[in-house]
Amino acid sequence: MRPFAYVRATGVEDACAALASRPGARPLGGGTNLVDLMKLGVEEPTTLVDVSRLPLDTVEELPDGSLRVGATVRNSDLAAHPAVRDRYPALSQALLAGASGQLRNVATTGGNLLQRTRCPYFQDVSKPCNKRAPGSGCGAREGVHRDHAVLGHSEQCIATHPSDMAVALAALDARIELYGPAGARDVAADAFHRLPGDHPERDTEIRPDELVTAVVLPPVTAGLPSLYRKARDRASYAFALASVAGVLRIADGVVAHAGLAFGALAHRPWRARTAERALLGAAPTPAAFEHAVDLELSAARPLRDNAYKVPLARGLAVDVLTRLAGT
Amino acid sequence: MAAALGAPAERREGLQKITGSARYAAEHVPDGRAYAWPVPATVARGTVRAVDASAALRQPGVLAVLTPENTPRLAEPDDPTLAVLQNPRVPHRGWFVALVVAETLEDARAGAAAVRVSYDAEEHDVSLTEDHPAAYAPEKANAGYPGSTRRGDPDGAFGSAAVRVDTRYRVPPLHNHPMEPHASTAHWDGGRLLAHTSSQGSTAVRATLAKLFGLPEERIVVVAEHVGGGFGSKGTPRPDVVLAALAARHTGRPVTLALPRRQLPAVVGHRAPTLHRIRLGAGADGRLTSLVHEVTTHTSRVKEFVEQAAVPARVMYAAPHSRTVHRVAALDVPTPSWMRAPGEAPGMYALESAMDELACELGMDPVEVRILNEPETEPDSGKPFSSRHLVECLREGARRFDWSRRDPRPRARREGALLIGTGVAAAMYPVNISPSTAAARALPDGTFLVRVNATDIGTGARTVLAQVAADTLGVPLERVRTEVGRSDLPSASLAGGSSGTASWGWAVHEASVRLTDRLAEHTGPLPAEGVEARADTAGQADADSPWARHAFGAHFAEVAVDTVSGETRVRRLLGVYAAGHILNARTARSQFIGGMTMGLGMALTEGSTMDAAFGDFTESDLASYHVPAHADVPEVEAHWIDEDDPHLNPMGSKGIGEIGIVGTAAAIGNAVHHATGVRLRELPLTPDRMLTALTSV
Repeated sequence: MRPFAYVRATGVEDACAALASRPGARPLGGGTNLVDLMKLGVEEPTTLVDVSRLPLDTVEELPDGSLRVGATVRNSDLAAHPAVRDRYPALSQALLAGASGQLRNVATTGGNLLQRTRCPYFQDVSKPCNKRAPGSGCGAREGVHRDHAVLGHSEQCIATHPSDMAVALAALDARIELYGPAGARDVAADAFHRLPGDHPERDTEIRPDELVTAVVLPPVTAGLPSLYRKARDRASYAFALASVAGVLRIADGVVAHAGLAFGALAHRPWRARTAERALLGAAPTPAAFEHAVDLELSAARPLRDNAYKVPLARGLAVDVLTRLAGT
Repeated sequence: MAAALGAPAERREGLQKITGSARYAAEHVPDGRAYAWPVPATVARGTVRAVDASAALRQPGVLAVLTPENTPRLAEPDDPTLAVLQNPRVPHRGWFVALVVAETLEDARAGAAAVRVSYDAEEHDVSLTEDHPAAYAPEKANAGYPGSTRRGDPDGAFGSAAVRVDTRYRVPPLHNHPMEPHASTAHWDGGRLLAHTSSQGSTAVRATLAKLFGLPEERIVVVAEHVGGGFGSKGTPRPDVVLAALAARHTGRPVTLALPRRQLPAVVGHRAPTLHRIRLGAGADGRLTSLVHEVTTHTSRVKEFVEQAAVPARVMYAAPHSRTVHRVAALDVPTPSWMRAPGEAPGMYALESAMDELACELGMDPVEVRILNEPETEPDSGKPFSSRHLVECLREGARRFDWSRRDPRPRARREGALLIGTGVAAAMYPVNISPSTAAARALPDGTFLVRVNATDIGTGARTVLAQVAADTLGVPLERVRTEVGRSDLPSASLAGGSSGTASWGWAVHEASVRLTDRLAEHTGPLPAEGVEARADTAGQADADSPWARHAFGAHFAEVAVDTVSGETRVRRLLGVYAAGHILNARTARSQFIGGMTMGLGMALTEGSTMDAAFGDFTESDLASYHVPAHADVPEVEAHWIDEDDPHLNPMGSKGIGEIGIVGTAAAIGNAVHHATGVRLRELPLTPDRMLTALTSV
């Protein structure tokens, strides 16, 4: 691990100033991913700006009925928050499906969004990886890639984003609040993470001197059902092989609103806009769900060893939609 | 006085362990201790051209960089994996090519990252196939078993059998991954070496270090007081203890080397992958006429290690015609080694899966097919069994599991998207005993001290040896103290091959008998130092037995397979064992259910992938190498049938550390077949494989 400076930020502006003035600085939340990567030599920040004690650790109800989740709210606390459990069950379920109890107690909301892929080639500095070392190549494309992307991957990178939480946020139309030298801005959750294209080293739209300050969940129609379902190799402490977050509102016998996002299929949570469009106005039948999901997944380009992800994601999505329609 | 043996005595170091005061090898902190961090090779085959340590040596805190060039030459070890930094050859990726010693762990790690190594790389081959051109039939498999055996005319009998099963199974590489990584702290004081090491047997570590460093054994003490698991991977010394001793001598400082988790798969051994072909021929009555088990596996270029997976087929069933064959290919892979039930665990997965396939072909109950093929004597050797209660285990397990209510038809039980099924498999593990020595001493305060260099790797060895002594001496358990885990105690065999309790216990029993005799002759008060008797079981414990001696058992599993996600989860797991007398009901249960849990992992979650391009194991941390989590492990029950077998040892015990993992994966795989009608023949049974199989039905 390369020696680094440590700065404990006292306020958001202070933190951003530290990030801006120190090239190679990184914000430190729970450290559950960043510190591991530093030990591996994958991340070599010059400075860690500890933001874990910033006053961003609350969940507030906003006047318009939305819910603002501070960036340092711990994953365990967010999952257990009554308003989240009540109004955004998919988010609570996604959080609880991730990592382990010990990790969730430490991991923060902002850090969860900014965690990096668990691609084994990314994590091993002795191997090529365009995300870690642009231009070095991709070890996974012809290598061990059962866990890798089937949607939106590029010649440069086939990694997936590991977060469960972010998949629920995408389906729930959450927004990510950022703060930087140019002031505050916000980005739709499903536009926050990027596809790899020719720049897989860039996971998200955040700028190096910006900080995630909050996640805002929009006001929900009373009783709007949502669900998260994840398939994995073991029952706990395993990343998704595929996952689905779904939101469904039915009015007058037809789908009035659908939010659907896939996890572990792409370099970002995959918002299934094509499927959503096909569902809108359709009768909520298994056939309609299958049709919509198939339209979405027709864009899949599986690799040698991960074709199973397509039927897996299809089955999970149809199941989630069917259950939502039945509630 | 109630007998101590058999009672559920609590483990004696339990309080120390749960309060954190039990110290492990890396937690011994001699004054001036430095830390070491290895540099693994990044090519799969080749030669180190040069090691440039200049940048590392400029790092703060770095004391030394050992390389193949500057490392003092050691005597040639019996185990070539211990010839560390002795020459520039790289036999596999991950082989250590340098070692950085520094003031702190962080300095050592940073120093290691700064070492620049250049190689002359060569083409490598790490891909095992059944028809690999380099595969050959070795004379011996691991543990000294003959590489191949043959009885009668197995091919002819198979060809003319009324019912035939001809099938293949694959078991991937598996990793031991004990919670405590391999770690050592070495301290030289003049010409004497003190090494704390995480090992399953410090007597052998001492002998190895003595040979390597050219020292008399009296000048070396190896301590393994507490060991956080080993599962075979600490059965013999590993590179950490040799490197720690080298680094300590080189720097004149005590040195701790705790191997990083990600480096373990390449340097501490693994369960080699096994490719199985099994042919079973049977009459319409279900009786086997032919049994052929052929295994292909890999070893490294460093040494020959042949996972003895075809050996169970020589013991299990009465087939008049039989052949077992091991074939091995030396590839550019890390050196495989022992992992809990080497041979039996993968071998019985294949054999017991094939027996299930045979039962399906015959349309017979899988419990009954096994009972029908129960042999009179050990099939290959013709020896009588000292005791064999497999049939009783199967019957008792079936009763407890409510097997009689099972609908034998596959895919008959459905709960929504879940398919439910049950399966059975037999278990077997040989009785191994090694000679040991022990001392028992009576002290003037009325207590007794038993000393033996046993190793407690979490099994409860301290506790059960006190129980053995208490009963032999005829004194209450509380009056017996045991000292284990130091090579300056009476020397003893390793905690491996499920042999520890039998081997050490025999010596403890013998010493206690002799002490009783001495005390009977003694008159007057005991001297301050007490009265001691010693025993050495050489010649007894290792004497050839005219009996075939094995523990047997039966595993029953119930699974639920999710047809949407492909996820398989175990609902119930039951083991019933016949393993002689059970000496401590509490710690024995813990061993059985621990083995079964590891078998559950082997069935469903654990698997390692050899990366053909880079030549290493892809899953190198505990986030990606999936040992079962608590949520995977439901109701696990272990029971036993007490056996009275006079042909074992004075306690009448058989080893119990490994049998729990034998056949468990087959029981689960058979349950998956019963649930779904799909037979997966490659472990682990992960959702990707299950879903692919289900959707192609």
